[in-house]
Formats: sequence, structure tokens, C-alpha cells
Amino acid sequence: MYRVKKLINWKLLYFLVVILIVPKPAFAMHIMEGFLPIEWCIFWWALTIPFLIIGFRSIRKTIAENPETKMMLGLSGAFAFVLSALKIPSVTGSCSHPTGVGLGTVLFGPFAMSIVGFIVLLFQALLLAHGGLTTLGANAFSMAIVGPLISYGILKGTTKLGLSFSWAVFLAAALGDLGTYVVTSMQLALAFPSQVGGFFASFTKFSSIFAITQIPLAVSEGILTIVIMNFLQKYNLAELQALKVLKKGAEQS
Amino acid sequence: MKKNIFLIILVVILAILPLFFQKGAEFGGSDDQAEAAITKIDASYKPWFSSIWEPPSGEIESLLFCLQAAIGAGFIGYFIGFSRGKQKKVESKEGKGKHVTH
Repeated sequence: MYRVKKLINWKLLYFLVVILIVPKPAFAMHIMEGFLPIEWCIFWWALTIPFLIIGFRSIRKTIAENPETKMMLGLSGAFAFVLSALKIPSVTGSCSHPTGVGLGTVLFGPFAMSIVGFIVLLFQALLLAHGGLTTLGANAFSMAIVGPLISYGILKGTTKLGLSFSWAVFLAAALGDLGTYVVTSMQLALAFPSQVGGFFASFTKFSSIFAITQIPLAVSEGILTIVIMNFLQKYNLAELQALKVLKKGAEQS
Repeated sequence: MKKNIFLIILVVILAILPLFFQKGAEFGGSDDQAEAAITKIDASYKPWFSSIWEPPSGEIESLLFCLQAAIGAGFIGYFIGFSRGKQKKVESKEGKGKHVTH
């Protein structure tokens, strides 16, 4: 019982309240309500649900093992909220926003962000009519599942290659962000293959809308993630080591 | 922290540059463009479901959206202050500890 009480800590509560009251407007990503045929909606929902269960377990485990990292989970959520509120003009002449899930992925692994990203997308769909409930499965799959998985893979890969921690974090966040929009383009191309040229023609079209707009923003997200990481390395070294983000005795890179 | 200031300036530059490159561009959302692309590929497609609730006006929408940024930034600011304070406390404790043993 005590443990349960500890779990419902006020910081977590604050974080949940933040997510509940504050919607995430997305002017530039995610598939719009009604714009995905029903069979595809069901397909993406079915793919997303198992990851949500894994994500929930992952968060519960991390918090049970390292209760001191709850604040940092809140930070990951807050970071995603702020970044997704930044509608930044892009070179294509339209606006888009970063996803902000890269930071949380670096800190808590790829699955924790499935829950955070999902909640963010849910309330955005409910309160701002951006994205939608029927397309939520597809949108969560691209932003909260594939994005973090790409980030995590890049982080592990680049660290193995011997890249500095900052560069690894930058590439992980930037490419995870970009990957989300590439997946969104793929999802739309699968549902709407062009009569001439099929899937690839459509994919080129959608990715020129989503992915190219996203390139400078992905770079921005990478940079902002480094800024927060620099701070965490300076002031929250103990938590980073507890989460095994940095090895014990690791110095600032 | 000088490095961080430099990095943040870099982000600002990245955001401002397109305004110069794309003079006269609309800077609408890219999801609207995607909507147009879908209608182009499949003109007969009709959205089969619509949002349960929509913000009554653009003003309300931007209110909700400002609130999001403000609360998110508030938490980040709180986190930064909290971490710095905690670190300072640890440092001053260590300092005192050393003083006693010497």
C-alpha cells in the first residue's frame, strides 16, 4: 500500500494534470481525423496497443527501481509539450513542430515514451481537433513508437561507433523526429496509393510535404535536446547514472 | 553554459531563416497540404469521421496552445531551479564535511 502511495506521488500527479489540461496543437503533423480509411485505422491501432502495454510496464518498473527519477520523467513530458507547441516555419514555406520525444527516449528507453506520446496525442485530438481518435493509432505508432525506437537505435549505434555522447544524443533526437514524419508519409501512401506510380509516387508526394518540412526542425530538436542534456549532466549526474544513461564515473562529454 | 547559449541562438537562426528564403509563403500547416494531396490522389475520398469537439475559434485555439507552452516551460523552469538548488546543497554539505575532517 505504501508503495502504491509512493507511486501516486505529487510530481507524477502534477505531470498528469499538465497532460490532462494542456492540449497539444499540431498544425503540421499527424493524420487528420477521418482522413484514413477505417481498415487502416484498425490496423495501426492493433499495432499500437501492445506497445502501450509494454510502455506502461516499462515506466512502472523504472519508477519502482529509481523513484528519484520521477522528476526527470516529468521533465521528459514537459519537454515534449513545449517542443510540440513551437510551430516553426520551415524552408518549404509551411510550418511544423518538433516531437520532443527524443529526450525521454534517451533517458527512459524507447518504450516509456509510447505512453507519454500517446497521452499527448489523445488530448490533442480531443481538445484541439488536431489529429483524431480514429487516426490516433496511426499517429501514436509514428510519433510515440517508431520515433523513439529509431532514436534509441541511433543512440546505441552511434555510442558503439565511439561518437561523443552529445553527438549521439543530437543524432538520436533529430533522426527520431525525422523518422516520425517519414512513417506518417508512409502511412498515408499505403492508404492512398497513387493511380499512376502507386505507393512510391504517393510516398514521394507525402514525404515532400511532411519529411522535407521537418528536416530543419529535426535539427532544432536535436540541438534543444543537447541543451537539456548538458544541463542534466551538470546537475543530475546521479539520476543519469541510476538510469544507466551514463556509466558510473563518466565525466561530462 | 556558454555552449548552451550558442546552441539556442543556432535554433533561433534555423527558425528565422525560412522567413527570408520563402518570402510571401503562407506558412500554413503541412497537414493542410497533406489533406489537399489526398484529395488530389483520390478525389472521391470523403472523410468518414469528424472531430468530436473543435475549438470554437482561432483565438481559443491559440489560448489553449499558449497554455500548453506556458505550463510545460513552467515545469522545466521549476526542474532547473530544483536541480541547481539540490546540487548546491550537496556541494555545501561536502564542503562542510571536509572542513570537519581536516
